[in-house]
Amino acid sequence: MAIHIIDRRLNPGGKSLENRQRFLRRAKSLVQGAVKKTSQERDIKDVLEGGEVTIPLDGMHEPRFRREGGTRDMVLPGNKKFIEGDYLQRSGQGSAKDSGPGEGDSEDAFRFVLSRDEFVDLFLDDLELPDLAKRKIAQTESEGIQRAGYTTSGSPSNISVSRTVRRAMARRIALKRPSKDEIEELEAAIAACADEDERLVLLAQLEKLKAKSKRIPFIDPIDIRYRRFETVPKPVAQAVMFCLMDVSGSMSEHMKDLAKRFYMLLYVFLKRRYKHVEIVFIRHTDRAEEVDEQTFFYGPASGGTLVSSALQAMHEIVRERFNPSDWNIYAAQASDGDNSYSDGELTGMLLTDKILPACQFFAYLEVGESGGSAFDLSDSSLWTLYDRLRNSGAPLSMRKVSERSEIFPVFHDLFQRRETQEKAAP
Amino acid sequence: MTERLFEGADWDFHTLQRITDACEEVATNDLGLDVYPNQIEVITAEQMLDAYSSVGMPLFYKHWSFGKHFAYHEASYRKGLMGLAYEIVINSSPCISYLMEENTATMQTLVIAHAAFGHNHFFKNNYLFKQWTDADGILDYLDFAKNYVMSCEERYGRTEVERTLDAAHALMSHGIDRYPGKKKLDLRAEEKRAGRRRQHEEEVFNDLWRTVPKGASKTKSALSIERRRKLLGLPQENLLYFLEKSAPRLAPWQRELLRIVRHIAQYFYPQSQTKVMNEGTATYVHYRIMTKLHQQGRITDGNFLEFLQSHTNVVFQPEFDDPRYSGFNPYALGFAMMQDIERIVTSPSDEDREWFPDIAGKNDVMGVLRDVWANYRDESFIAQFLSPKLMRQLRMFHLHDDPEERAGIRVDAIHDERGFRRVRRELARQHDVGYIDANIEVVDVDLSGDRRLILHHRVIKGSQLNETDAKRVLQHLADLWTYDVALIEVDANDKVLREYVVSPRPITAAA
Repeated sequence: MAIHIIDRRLNPGGKSLENRQRFLRRAKSLVQGAVKKTSQERDIKDVLEGGEVTIPLDGMHEPRFRREGGTRDMVLPGNKKFIEGDYLQRSGQGSAKDSGPGEGDSEDAFRFVLSRDEFVDLFLDDLELPDLAKRKIAQTESEGIQRAGYTTSGSPSNISVSRTVRRAMARRIALKRPSKDEIEELEAAIAACADEDERLVLLAQLEKLKAKSKRIPFIDPIDIRYRRFETVPKPVAQAVMFCLMDVSGSMSEHMKDLAKRFYMLLYVFLKRRYKHVEIVFIRHTDRAEEVDEQTFFYGPASGGTLVSSALQAMHEIVRERFNPSDWNIYAAQASDGDNSYSDGELTGMLLTDKILPACQFFAYLEVGESGGSAFDLSDSSLWTLYDRLRNSGAPLSMRKVSERSEIFPVFHDLFQRRETQEKAAP
Repeated sequence: MTERLFEGADWDFHTLQRITDACEEVATNDLGLDVYPNQIEVITAEQMLDAYSSVGMPLFYKHWSFGKHFAYHEASYRKGLMGLAYEIVINSSPCISYLMEENTATMQTLVIAHAAFGHNHFFKNNYLFKQWTDADGILDYLDFAKNYVMSCEERYGRTEVERTLDAAHALMSHGIDRYPGKKKLDLRAEEKRAGRRRQHEEEVFNDLWRTVPKGASKTKSALSIERRRKLLGLPQENLLYFLEKSAPRLAPWQRELLRIVRHIAQYFYPQSQTKVMNEGTATYVHYRIMTKLHQQGRITDGNFLEFLQSHTNVVFQPEFDDPRYSGFNPYALGFAMMQDIERIVTSPSDEDREWFPDIAGKNDVMGVLRDVWANYRDESFIAQFLSPKLMRQLRMFHLHDDPEERAGIRVDAIHDERGFRRVRRELARQHDVGYIDANIEVVDVDLSGDRRLILHHRVIKGSQLNETDAKRVLQHLADLWTYDVALIEVDANDKVLREYVVSPRPITAAA
């Protein structure tokens, strides 16, 4: 009998992908909720790492007619001491637990692993790219060079030797240029020839061959080919994200937490668009410094508040390390809105003249204490300043938040299509 | 000295070929097995997960619930909560066995013996499989089903198809014919039939018919209940069949989908009735083959020990008070019974002669076993062949749990002279699908009134339906029937215990 042995390991994988996507689509709202919940507990960079989510099974239940209760009879193995007619106590007895429930059916929650892409997609699912992106696309392109075939003219340094020699050879064969071997053979024949008449004939032949080989050059100018290059626009696939935060005494842990969540969202959002995203953390009191993430969020600091110091620091870092033609620059500033009065003018000037022209996007997030509705209070000095700049046409996005739950909506809000405001951008 | 099949744990495709040939030699010469041609496929863990999520079949139509199972299995597999099976075997001709690539050479030998010869023989010879499944046609039929579902999605939209399939899946366990009909299922013909039907519709389509005025509708003579039930083929316990044939407002493609789900449920029906026997057969066969190969010196002592270790794990039966206990392990029970039969046939005791006069001391082990494998299912197998010795060995006892009984759960019978028959009858009943599945049937349709569909659930031993689930399933049923559906739970004395009435959801709301 013939037995077939087949290696299926190389078959394309992902046979269940389609089913899996149908399942995710169906469970979308549930999964989305779970994703948001999961992401609240993570660090900025980890937020992208996909992972396990748990959704209530209820929504995805597949019902069947099931019976329960009633009188039950069962046969069990492993009797040790019972004899016929014994009674077993119902509660806490070491007997007869219900036979194994069907897989998963008895669990309240359904747990499964999302891939990184699925996670991020769901996380950012209902976000539109801001209109700002259009401006950005225009700017993200720089010129690159790529090979584009061959040409008959060009600079000597671009000669393609192999291509040229190949064409020369084709031409030589086509025109029957005598080869070196042929001539040498004939010369040898002449040298060995004893008969004078025949020698003359051979000599004449040799002359003819030599003349022909002179007439048909080894390499002709028409054989020469140059490598051709053309320039193509190349999108810049890297972005830098500046996180500016006021860490003066007036910022509470709660406010920092709000800021962190916002940065997290921005990071995820950028990460989906760009291959390479760098983060620069700048914290400031009355002077600014670049720090690592840990210090940024948790390091102690105190002092007055000068926003301009942070902007100045950012401007310097941009100038040193992130050329705006190579990098897409995003900045998000979080503050409780305090700024010393005398600093207002300098801040405004730095922002409009230096920062905003280099940035794709600048968001200002004013964080408030939990419980206090930010909108009841009178506007802070920074808010007033930025508001004035925005009204005069500067491309700023700004929002106030005081509750953790508001972060996502606010982020949402900032990245939704807002025709009017973005049209005002220069 | 015979040549070794392999050394160590590594294998390649030549090794597999040698192993299969060696197993086949033992299977045909020593055990006299009769199998479908074998096809052995090596797959990865991911492909095994794929197969898990589509009920083990190599191809299947697309549906979200399979995605759900996939996600579930994948999560528990990644966390190490669940190991994967060493193999999956499909009741088809040729019989396809999937082997995991991670298996060692010994494990490959074990699973080839187990699946490609044990299960394969059972599939080909057991009367239930012969009666209910069409091994030649199943793969083609699944292919047809997959394409049909896909074309329906293109024509009528994914939501519509999904809703029909959801409903059909909910009723799947009640989409089975329990008694063989006149015609044997021919799955190859199914595909042609569906194609012909569609072609016929397209050929005879004439838009003019729409414009022909309808005559006055015929006055219906009041049908007698008996006549009406007869016309509709009632009572009918195959709910999917009934809907396919009689639901008033289903589109032809929906009927075809119900038919597909019904056929697939029917295909798996024998498997659910023969878990103990099927696994028992396969385990017994692999045990015999492996032992023989070891005797012949074709596998080393070390490899044989490796085999014994996995074999012992497979046939492990925890006792009822063990935390690992979750019912009888079909491998353990099946294997123990097969070995017990072997013992009875070759060296019976007086007790065996009394209990099993037909087979005791007959000495033709394989003849008896092949006959058993061909002609029994779990319920009848246990009722017939569970011996007192095995009951004593497994120390079986029977508990009777009556909620009314204040004193607690009664030990009804144990493994003694008085209890043997009762324990055996009870265990057989536990494996009887007639007792396991709820007995639900369509009893009537109110044709002259509001077209309400009436179902009865015959309650056995006071065990009623789970309310939440029952309502959900009935909702699906009502959506397909498109009129009200009533389910009445009645006990043996026709006393009504509970009544459900569910109205169909408007189609737009569900979309």
